[in-house]
Amino acid sequence: MSQADITVIVDTGCANLNSVRYAFERLGASVVVTDDLQTIASATRVVLPGVGTAKAAMAALNGKQLVATLSQLTQPVLGVCLGMQMLTKQSQERGNAAQDCQCLGLIDTQIEQLDSHQLPLPHMGWNQITPSSHPLFANIEPGSYVYFVHSYRAPLGAHTIASCEYGETFSAAIAKDNFMGVQFHPEKSAQVGAQILTNFLKMGVTQAPLTEAQA
Amino acid sequence: MLAKRIVPCLDVREGKVVKGVQFRNHEIVGDIVPLAERYAIEGADELVFYDITASAHDRVVDKSWVSRVAEKIDIPFCVAGGIKTLAQAREKLAFGADKISVNSPALSDPSLIDRLQDEFGRQCIVIGIDSYYDADSDSYKVKQFTGDEAATKDTQWYTQDWVEEVQKRGCGEIVLNVMNQDGVRQGYDLKQLSMVRAIADVPLIASGGAGTMAHFADVFLEANVDAALAASVFHKGIIDINELKQYLTTRGVAVRT
Repeated sequence: MSQADITVIVDTGCANLNSVRYAFERLGASVVVTDDLQTIASATRVVLPGVGTAKAAMAALNGKQLVATLSQLTQPVLGVCLGMQMLTKQSQERGNAAQDCQCLGLIDTQIEQLDSHQLPLPHMGWNQITPSSHPLFANIEPGSYVYFVHSYRAPLGAHTIASCEYGETFSAAIAKDNFMGVQFHPEKSAQVGAQILTNFLKMGVTQAPLTEAQA
Repeated sequence: MLAKRIVPCLDVREGKVVKGVQFRNHEIVGDIVPLAERYAIEGADELVFYDITASAHDRVVDKSWVSRVAEKIDIPFCVAGGIKTLAQAREKLAFGADKISVNSPALSDPSLIDRLQDEFGRQCIVIGIDSYYDADSDSYKVKQFTGDEAATKDTQWYTQDWVEEVQKRGCGEIVLNVMNQDGVRQGYDLKQLSMVRAIADVPLIASGGAGTMAHFADVFLEANVDAALAASVFHKGIIDINELKQYLTTRGVAVRT
């Protein structure tokens, strides 16, 4: 890499940007928080954070004219929580709108309400994940606890790279090529979360399978 | 399986962590960031910071320590105290708080809950409820402005009704603080917590009364709460969080270890 190694956190205007930034900084990463299209496009890797509602978050991305830039990224992209949900085609979390919220459509799935089978909602707290062999979950044991806060989820499918159970089994993480998303909050998931973020920081640097896929 | 959460509560006053008995006679127990870090390392699942003077004295939590906590610890935390406006809530969240907790201001203006959840989503809106057993009416009732003994007052709300109300308006979690047992470490009020559990569709955090490790097992196994909050037993080193979790595992409670 001739360029500096820069992890860009997309400034979506949402509230938890600093938590994500601090988590990467604890790992020694060089982090830039920005909504500048050129800086995002030239990043080593990109993080799409998000809390709140899908509708508000997509409105922010549209308002900042970020949609085209994000869609064209070829470097590793990690969506966190609502950021993961925005990578999918659409979300049922529509607020008071008449139709489902259209999302970025980069991973072929959709966001629906979590069917907790009477368990309290939101699904809040530390739950166990069953990871796949995806490099994002290198050195993560099955049954590891990560921190979740959500009421909507992506179903299980071809895109699932980790699953979790709360009333039903759903996607704890999804991926398609360079686009990855986690429903939980790695920045708040203690050592397990730090390992997942470390795995992400290794992408875009070495000749990982992900980089080969992009070539 | 979703783990039951152990939540140390750090009452904050003048930038220090304090603990009083029955909300009075506060003594300083330590600095905020080192205590937060210690608890995170010991295995706390989440932290709550209450500025106990803010609400009663019409002040807001000094924000600088919020970002210092967020920089250091890698578990979720909630900030409470005097949050009356969307701007005050946004500030805490922007500095790195995962949730904001509202108590007295929601009683003064319940529509605050609707506005907060519209703006930030219900997942980060926690409602704290100070509930007490009123022997005269043989019922549970809600108190307001408990951060200051002189300002504390009764409200018109029965606890059950207020729980229904805050859920209807859109909170994401409820902390039920049972006042007449706070600080005396005689165990959580299992009867009251079971009653609230039965009507709470959102996660429920038990608060007030933890004195022994068995008290934690009881509140999880009998009242089926999602989390148990405690302060003095952790601050005073009466219970070590790591040992508590090992004990809870032997009692059949799913915890993160």
